[in-house]
Amino acid sequence: MIPIDLIQKTAESLMDKAAIEIPEDYLDGLQKAAKTEDGDLSSFVLKAMLENYEAAKEDRRAMCGDTGVPRWFVKLGNDAKVEGGMCALETALRRATANSTNGVPLRPNRVHPLWRTDHNNNVGIGAPEIEYGFEPEGEWIDLITVHKGGLFGTDYRMLFPSDGIQGIKRFYLDSLMAFGKRGLACQPAIIGIGLGGSKDICMTLGKRASVLRTVGSRNSDPRIAEMEDEFKELGNSIGMGAMGFVGKNMVIDCNIEVGYCHTGGMPMSVHAFCLSSRRAVARVYPDGRVEHRTDPDWFTPYQRRETVDWEPMREAAE
Amino acid sequence: MKPREIRLSTTPTPEAIAELRLGDIVYLDGLMYTAREGVYMRALEEKANIPMELPSESAANFHCSPAARINPDGSFDMGAVTATASFRFAKWLPEWMEKTGAKLIIGKGGMSSKDYKSYFVPNGAVYLSTVGYGTGALLGRGVESVEAVHWNEELGLAQAMWVIKCNKMGPFIVASDLNGDCLFERENAKIAQNIERVYEGTKPAVLKRYGESDDRSDEVI
Repeated sequence: MIPIDLIQKTAESLMDKAAIEIPEDYLDGLQKAAKTEDGDLSSFVLKAMLENYEAAKEDRRAMCGDTGVPRWFVKLGNDAKVEGGMCALETALRRATANSTNGVPLRPNRVHPLWRTDHNNNVGIGAPEIEYGFEPEGEWIDLITVHKGGLFGTDYRMLFPSDGIQGIKRFYLDSLMAFGKRGLACQPAIIGIGLGGSKDICMTLGKRASVLRTVGSRNSDPRIAEMEDEFKELGNSIGMGAMGFVGKNMVIDCNIEVGYCHTGGMPMSVHAFCLSSRRAVARVYPDGRVEHRTDPDWFTPYQRRETVDWEPMREAAE
Repeated sequence: MKPREIRLSTTPTPEAIAELRLGDIVYLDGLMYTAREGVYMRALEEKANIPMELPSESAANFHCSPAARINPDGSFDMGAVTATASFRFAKWLPEWMEKTGAKLIIGKGGMSSKDYKSYFVPNGAVYLSTVGYGTGALLGRGVESVEAVHWNEELGLAQAMWVIKCNKMGPFIVASDLNGDCLFERENAKIAQNIERVYEGTKPAVLKRYGESDDRSDEVI
């Protein structure tokens, strides 16, 4: 049984880490980008961003004033049990979100869409989002918080098989052009592309591709992995950099996730995880151990399984 | 070439503003206030009295909601500050500038050169953009103190009018000048030369969308 107070305490520390500490993989990616950047203004921006991450850590203050919309991804090993059950878990995550909004402090971004009611704590109807995944083994629970910012950089389109790879490229470029100008997407970003699924799942896949995969990771399908490399290069060849200034670095990495879709369609979504690519992860065990990391490790072979039954032993042998 | 760095008052002289060039890096000293849709609607549409002496106290309007809290004892803690996209406020800005004498509009992404020419230049005002746009921690360091929070009860923390005392707060980038030229449009024009090459080989989507055709009597197939 995983103690509920440990879950809440861990969740609060994750909220703090996500808001303040830029994940190592994104930092490495941005440092590499800063080295290659030769646009005067873009270079200045990247240098300022790198200084900003240091300032945030030194002062223990949020790296960006728009602290995004905090949300949770929860993954459970098949044998995990939470003290008080799943409703207690959700209460703990909501409470941690509210406490940390006041504690760090974060900006209370969440309001009612119509009445603009603001509880000043980032909690409300459907907020924070809590999404779940499962793995075949283990008694642990993974808590992943993502503070994604930005009203820009995301788009969806129903493409069709006849649009092909060239159609996918075009919509990808359209999204970068539309939201890259004036730096509305707060690039260089981790671009996530969702292909397939139903319309809602297409959005979910793209969102998860941008926020739950690290810079440098590649899809397990080698042909998709090749597309990821190609799309990263394509995005960086536009000649647009940080803030939409002339530059070489728009895409820190491009991650693609797929799901089976209707035979007639090829839905596509594009998401941009910005210069403040905020995520933090911890695995909590029933014996009270807590292991922190920055890689959500969400897209396991089990998450990408293709067939009815899950037979890990046979797959491992192949 | 390294950009020029300039210290500027939040109640700047006309000469100091005339001196600014597109792409200059600016650090601010003095009082600055946040105002975005909530403040604009309350002051301009509901005609509430603005709770500051403007522009004598401050001529710097920041499009920002800070990551901050009001403590039970009434004091303030401000962590990070970052701007929000300004183009959405074009509807209110001409009247706001006229009413408040704002000379520095500070935010994210700038406005169009049409906005600059039609009401920034006549008011002697320029636009400063935040950098990144995520340098919230650096900007937070430039906040010497929070002087007041107005209209918190009416508008909530995010939309309230925060009055901030800046001490070398920055960096900001000069994104418009007194000719009404726009830094972002200048950069867009340079990048536009690559578009044809980058798009080579791609073709328009089979199913179009309204917006790609603005004629609603068209079909999208």
